[in-house]
Amino acid sequence: MLAMNYRGPKRVRIEQKPMPEILHPEDAIVRVLRSCICGSDLHLYNGNVPDTRVGTTFGHEFVGEIVEVGSEVTKVKVGDNVLVPFNISCGRCAFCKQELYGNCHEANPEATAVGAIYGYSHTAGGYHGGQAEYVRVPYANVGPTVIPPGMDLDDAVLLTDVVPTGYQAAEMGGIQKGDTVMVFGAGPIGIMAAKCSWLFGAGRVIIIDKEEYRLEFARNYAQCEAYNFEEIGDMAVFAKKTTDSLGADVCIDAVGAEAAGNAMQTITGRKLLLQAGSATALHWAINCVKKGGIVSIVGVYGPTDNLVPIGNVLNKGLTIRANQASVKRLLPRLIEHVQNGIINPKALITHRLPLEEVAEGYRMFANKLDNCIKPVLIPPSAKI
Amino acid sequence: MEDNRPLEENIPFENNRGPADHSHIKGWGIDADPKNDPTYPMKKRTNEEHKGYTWDRPAQQPISMEILHSTERPNVTAVFGTAAPLRGLSGAIRRMAFKRSENEYSHWLPLILADRVDMVEGIIDDFKHGKIPNIFAEKGYIADWNHNKSGLLARVAIVAGITAAVVLLVRSNNRD
Repeated sequence: MLAMNYRGPKRVRIEQKPMPEILHPEDAIVRVLRSCICGSDLHLYNGNVPDTRVGTTFGHEFVGEIVEVGSEVTKVKVGDNVLVPFNISCGRCAFCKQELYGNCHEANPEATAVGAIYGYSHTAGGYHGGQAEYVRVPYANVGPTVIPPGMDLDDAVLLTDVVPTGYQAAEMGGIQKGDTVMVFGAGPIGIMAAKCSWLFGAGRVIIIDKEEYRLEFARNYAQCEAYNFEEIGDMAVFAKKTTDSLGADVCIDAVGAEAAGNAMQTITGRKLLLQAGSATALHWAINCVKKGGIVSIVGVYGPTDNLVPIGNVLNKGLTIRANQASVKRLLPRLIEHVQNGIINPKALITHRLPLEEVAEGYRMFANKLDNCIKPVLIPPSAKI
Repeated sequence: MEDNRPLEENIPFENNRGPADHSHIKGWGIDADPKNDPTYPMKKRTNEEHKGYTWDRPAQQPISMEILHSTERPNVTAVFGTAAPLRGLSGAIRRMAFKRSENEYSHWLPLILADRVDMVEGIIDDFKHGKIPNIFAEKGYIADWNHNKSGLLARVAIVAGITAAVVLLVRSNNRD
């Protein structure tokens, strides 16, 4: 089968790989119909995630058809079209029982600080991902969800990560009616977080980025205010002035390790890897939120340390909430929102590429070429 | 004259709350829940973990290859990925890294080193199999050619210029 193959920082190619096999009675094999390149894939692509081994296939956002199931799979069957949450979870450990499906204790032997994620390095369990024609899906009774009849595959594929992560970012903000929410990062997740902030009753939503085309998209899609940080000057002063000196009620970091906007953070975090990525967005979030406010983090950072003003967290009495999205927990509500036209995920997709052009897709997305917001890969075997 | 001052210098302190009427936003407030606090991930705590690692574990996936596991847990998880088995020098470095916990730099930094070694091993492996890596294609430069031609040409010109300068410098040193 054809699959993306990581060869080292900023080098990926498409090539033939062996078909995945059932390795556990609860496994299924899925024929991929759509897979996305995610902003967090760029951390892998740039070589910033430890234990990203050559030969790995990336891709944690995918939908497909079940083509084979293990002997103990009862919840899905061959022929079902399923959307597959990006987290792999057993459904029976203490953490899954608490609906912390992104923190399962029975899927990732290589690290305890992160759950298992498809195609996200051996630090996240060493699973191949969905940027391929076929993929092994463990715990098929738990994760895969049958795509409701009539749902567009493009909507479904964004329900595997982008929509739940954006929604959970807003949810973790504990938004109260009338709150001012500042979202850092106008990538797909940030745009979705801005959109979902309204669902929780935000009174004002502000999104910050430096790419004008993304800001323009966010203004239209998420109906929010959008500002270019390169024109703002001091971010904290801007946040204070526009909230009568108090600060935003909720700040959301939807950027993570690849943040721009602060030379020291960029050099130490992205160039020299002296910290686990550039923490500019988190730094801004902490300094822009009000006293007693909430900072919600969905931007991905590496496993070591970051330079952030933790003293301000203490002195301002902030609450920090963060997690990988618990996709399975959120799916019923989010499917409802998509079916009712409250959220239109597929509008985020700007590029549809054949899987064979995966290298161009990564470069286009990483370098923000051709006004790229969300690229989707379509394998030849998807037969569309 | 155009005002080039940063935006924050141009605005006063104001309470710019959004309009009270959000009826133009489809779904505004439909998930608002004042009682949803503390919200996820603290919510729905079951205290199941008080019992320890005692749940009915899923069947163990057969461990048919070397799987490293964190020193912060007692075992290999019930399922695990088999994406890229350990190999060569990079594998040896990874084995060493996994002797230290996730709490230590001496775990993570060797893993990054191993990744770089692995990259070189990958190139050697390609050559061993008679494959010459097409770096231009792997780096996706076709996307630059299609959407950022001037940037790509500028980069090529810079690299060519630096190369020419180095060659000239080396030649002039050789003459001396």
